[in-house]
Parts: sequence; C-alpha cells; structure tokens
Amino acid sequence: MTTEAKVTAILARYTDAKRDALIPILQEVQEACGYLSKEAVIQIGAYLNLPTSKIYGVATFYNQFRFQPVGDYHIQVCRGTACHVKGSSGVFDRFSRDLGISDGETSKDGKFSLEVVSCIGACGLAPVIAVNGEFHAKLVDDDATRIVKTYKKEAAKKGEQK
Amino acid sequence: MCHIEINGRVAKAKVGETLLEVLRREGVSVPTLCNVEGLNPTGACRMCVVEVEGRGNLVPSCAFPVSDGMKIRTHSAKAVQARKTIVELLLSSHPDDCNYCARNGNCELQNLAAELGVRQRRYLGKHKKMKVDVANPSLVRDPEKCILCGRCVRVCEEIQNVGAIDFIGRGSDSTVGTAFNEGLNVSSCINCGQCSLVCPTGALVEKRSIEDVMTALADPKKYVVVQHAPSVSVTLAEEFGVRPGTDIDPQMVAALRRLGFDRVFDTSFSADLTIMEEATELVTRLTGGGVLPMMTSCSPGWIKFVEQYYPNMIPNLSTCKSPQQMLGAIIKSFFAKREGLNPKDIVSVSIMPCTAKKFEAGRSEMIVDDVPDVDFVLTTRELAQLIKMHGIDIENLPGETADNPFGERSSAGKLFGGSGGVMEAAIRTAYFMVTGEEMDDLKIPALRTSKGRKEAKMKVGELELGVAVVSGLANARKLLDEIVEEQRTDIHFIEVMTCPGGCVSGGGQPINLSSETVKARQKVLYKLDQQEVLRTSHQNPAVARLYKEFLGKPNGEKPHRLLHTTYVERTNVLK
Repeated sequence: MTTEAKVTAILARYTDAKRDALIPILQEVQEACGYLSKEAVIQIGAYLNLPTSKIYGVATFYNQFRFQPVGDYHIQVCRGTACHVKGSSGVFDRFSRDLGISDGETSKDGKFSLEVVSCIGACGLAPVIAVNGEFHAKLVDDDATRIVKTYKKEAAKKGEQK
Repeated sequence: MCHIEINGRVAKAKVGETLLEVLRREGVSVPTLCNVEGLNPTGACRMCVVEVEGRGNLVPSCAFPVSDGMKIRTHSAKAVQARKTIVELLLSSHPDDCNYCARNGNCELQNLAAELGVRQRRYLGKHKKMKVDVANPSLVRDPEKCILCGRCVRVCEEIQNVGAIDFIGRGSDSTVGTAFNEGLNVSSCINCGQCSLVCPTGALVEKRSIEDVMTALADPKKYVVVQHAPSVSVTLAEEFGVRPGTDIDPQMVAALRRLGFDRVFDTSFSADLTIMEEATELVTRLTGGGVLPMMTSCSPGWIKFVEQYYPNMIPNLSTCKSPQQMLGAIIKSFFAKREGLNPKDIVSVSIMPCTAKKFEAGRSEMIVDDVPDVDFVLTTRELAQLIKMHGIDIENLPGETADNPFGERSSAGKLFGGSGGVMEAAIRTAYFMVTGEEMDDLKIPALRTSKGRKEAKMKVGELELGVAVVSGLANARKLLDEIVEEQRTDIHFIEVMTCPGGCVSGGGQPINLSSETVKARQKVLYKLDQQEVLRTSHQNPAVARLYKEFLGKPNGEKPHRLLHTTYVERTNVLK
C-alpha cells in the first residue's frame, strides 16, 4: 500500500476531525508508515485544514515523531538519569560521529538510524543502548565504534548473501 | 468602569481590559516585545511585567485583566530589574553582530538594552549556529537573531492566514521555522513581508537589492530608470525622523535624480493605465457574461495566495498586470523604441512599499525574451538607506516633478497606495465608461473606513454594482469562502490588498507598528485626492496620449500582449 493510501485509510476513521485530532492521527500514521513523510504531513494538513508548518511544529515538539524511516539497525541510546551520569552523552556523540547522523536521523544508505530515548529501564547496566531491541550494557565511548563496526560487517555479509 | 492606582495616581479603567491598555492610555510606557496591537496577547516574553500590590510575583501587563482597586507599580526596582534581566538573557545567546545587522539602529532588542542600561555581559549562553535562509526572493531569514517572540508566526497565521512559519522543536532547541526546515521559497510564504515589519530584530528582513542598483547606476553603458509607487512618497519621510503622514513626493523625485537615475517615473501614472485596462475588463465582464466577481491583481502576495489556496478562482482574477509591471513593460517597449535604446541596456528599477514586488518582478510571466519588465525592486526602507548612504539631505531639497512621458498622474492613481483606493479609482472610470458622465461625488465614504472589510452597492447607469474591499488575507479568505459557500452573486468586483490597510502598511515600509501611523499615511492620500484637479484615470492626458501613440484601445491586442498576464496553480509549495 502506498503512503497516500495508508494515510487515506487512517483519515477515513476521523470524520469531521478538527485540529485536536492531530496528535492521534500523527501517531497512527507513524505506526503505519514508520515515520512522518512530507507527503503524509501535507495530506494530513489538507484534511485538517492546518498549515504544514503547524503540523511540523507540533510533531517536532514531541520526541516520539520521526521524519525519516528507521534504518536496518535502529540504535536507541538511553539518556535516562543513570545513563547520563555514567556518560551516555559521550557514547551518543561517538555514534553520531561514526555514523554521521544525529538524533532522529537515518544514514544515507538506510542502514543505521539513531535515536535518543529516555530511561529504558536498565539502569543497572548504564550506560545502555539497544540495537533493534538487543541491549548493549556498560558502554564506554570506544564501544560505540566497535558496535558500529560489528553491525556494518553484519550488514555487508547480509548484502552479499542477497 | 473601575478605578485602579498606577504609580500612586488614580486612573479609570474598564473591567476586562488589560493592564497594558490602561497604561498606554494613561501615558505610562512599559516596554513590550511579544505584544502586537490587534492580536491576542500571549504573555510570552515578560518584558511588560509590573508589580501588583498584594501579589508575590510580577505580572505581565499585556495579558493581565484589570480589577477594581488594583494598585500597580510599573517601574519599581523589582520590575525594572526583571526587565533588564530578561534582556540580558535574550542577549546571552544573541549574535554580537549589531554593526553588520540590517536593523542596526532600529532594533527593539538593541533599544531595550540601551534603555535599561545593560552595560555588562553577565550571562554567556550557548551560541547555536544556524543557517541563514536566503532562498526566498523577497525575504531573508536569520534564525540566529530570532528571540522567539512569535510575532511573525502570529501575523502570518492570524492576519494573513498563511502560516508559512511556526515554532519548531521544543525548549532550548525551539526555533521559528518552516515545515521540514525547508527554505521559505518552497514554503507557503506569499512574500508579503508583514513578518519583517513586526520582527523586533534582524531575524526577518527584506532581501536587499541596493548593491545591484548601485552597480547599475555606476555603469555608464546602462540607462537606469526608476519608478516609485503611490504610497512611497507618504511614508519615506518617516525614515528621516519626520512624523507619519507627510508627503515628500517632490523632494523624493529630486533625491532620485541626485542618486543618478536617468529618468524618474511615477507608478501612479501606470496605476491610471491599470485602471483603464481593469475598468474596461470589468465593464466587459459585467456586460458580456464574463466570470464574476472580478478580483484585483495589483497585490502580488494576494496573487500567490489565490494560486496556492483558491486555484479554482484564478479565472476571477483580473488579467491586468500590476502597475509596477505595466510601467516596466512600457518602459522596455514603447519608451526604449522612442529613445532609441536597446531594451537590454535599460535597467528598470522600482521603489515599492512591498517585499512581494521583488517576487513579482522575477515571475517567469514578467520576463519576455530574457528581458524582465522590472530589473530590481527596492523597498521604501532600502531607498531611505540609499539616500542616507549618498549624503542627500532630502528634507531640504528643492522639490522636482517626475519625468515625461510617465510622470503625470491623476489622484485616482495615487489612491492605489491604500486599501479601497483601487476600487475608488476603478469605479470613477467604469462609471464614465458606462454612462459617459462623471460621478457627482467622486468620493465613496463607505470604502474609506479603516476596516479590514468594506462593502458598497451603487448604481452605474443601468447596472447595479456590488463591490467589496478587503485587506489582510485572513479577511480575503473569509470573503472568498462566503462567496463560494453562500453563492453570493451580489458582489461583482473585489479589491484585495495583501497587507492590512493596503500598501501604506506594506511589508517594505518604514517599521512603525502603530495603527495610528497607518491611518496618518492613508489620510495624506485622501488629502492629495481632495486637493487634486485631475482626479480620474481616464482624464490623465499622458495615459490618453500613450493609447493614441502606441497602445491602441484598452484591452486591445497590444495591451493584451504587454499589460496583461496569466497565473498558475501552485501545487509545489508546502502549504
């Protein structure tokens, strides 16, 4: 199904919707499409009679919305209190440097995406990250580089098999 | 009615009005930043805080309703200190480049820092590097200079109903920006520049063409002509400290000559020309079953608005080019031939109250065989800068008149500078075209109020004519929706000016936010009309001569090729 069809199907459930329906619609669209594309935002704006700038403004206010599809490897860096105290900002910066992307972004080849999340409930393992749900515990900055290398290798292998 | 005490003096106040309104009326000045006259208060910046007896914390006077017996102190040590701290905090993350800023000397933040005696840097905030958005033909957006007061956002949304910009992000990462942080050029921005009028700093300014014009003036191979819009002569003086409501047309013409322009023409002349074309078009539509209501096409922000939001109503737009473009086209054709000049050697400059005119001049419809009708557009503000740069003492210049053959104007053409003016001018001529007689009274009082929307009904010969005048595009949108939904057929002609009040408060005008200023500017235009002998476009001898020598008949073949245009539906903008 195309993005347009998916969004149309969602909007069909919001008859006579006004601007207060914006956030639930955005959540559903992200759920269905994986992210909020320009096309989707324009379509929602036309339906709710809201400027795209307003929708983008609302969506960027919340951490939960993203504007690029997630990568094959979705890296979530915990920035809860414990992780922060234990140096997660350095870990994040290393990921960001190595991958050339920032929070909420996806690498150009579509392989990696990076996201800062608040506490993921593993404070004992701080600083902790999750890659596609798989946890990596008690990291130092260099671990980030190592992890990126490992997954890059894995991705390359998968590519060869294809 | 109730009584409150301001700094120990008793003052009358209406229950429900805000403290700030009372203070302003009582002549007590409290600084504001986020407040915009006519829009709901947001209380966001806290610059206007005052002390209210019995309350522990300071209250923002812009958003605080009065109540009986309230005792307030506007300039207590606590209030003044709080304001000063706010300014210091705003400055802490502000770029220190005042000397290089377009608003140097005319910046609210700079003024506040001076007024409140900020002499020391007490806070050092994180300085975020952000890209300057230069992609728009009319406006430059520098987010680093933004103090997040939100005035531009509210004007764009509430006055213009466009919403090209909004607050993006959260907390300390907030910026004012476009959807998906794109350039303004692909946003729904209609280039009106009202944001640049309300911006307290240099975060939103017009795109400068001063250097281009100076280069042209210095090039001996170029023949540089200039035209000036009807409203510029009644606002320019403000840039030189003269009070609003002063016409300096003769001095301005003299100044333009001293700047080195080879010819100085008056856009009010081509406003008369526009009226000849537009009134003819109106009469043809009225009598020939054309698309009605016809809508004016002088205001380029409004044109883009229709192209974006009401593509179905494009056939309602008059096909007439705006006066700027008409004169541009005539200069590069008739005038060039008459003077034996190659159109490519002519540099056509226009002085406009408007930032959207810069966009209009660059529209592909306005460029024929690589020769644009108009090469460069300067706003009133830019002209003032150019005059100051060249040491011209404009106030003490002996007055001069504009050049022939495009210097003569009727006061109808001059009225184009304010909301309702195009309509009055058009009716004067349409009346004559239909009846063969002049109107008894040329003035139409119903169209001269300062309201955002005006309507009038009148008899023109056998025709029953219904007209509407709107300014500010939120008002335009309301009217269009009404016409579509209620299928109103009683309105035949609509004048729309993008900026509230018309060109006198255009986005390129001197920055002065009070509504009294706009009224004063408008009043001069009416005064000029009152004093004028030549008050209708069809009586302008220079216009008649142009038709005789060159154009033929209004709406004829040549006028259609040179003076009329087409519009496009805009689907590729982030609206």
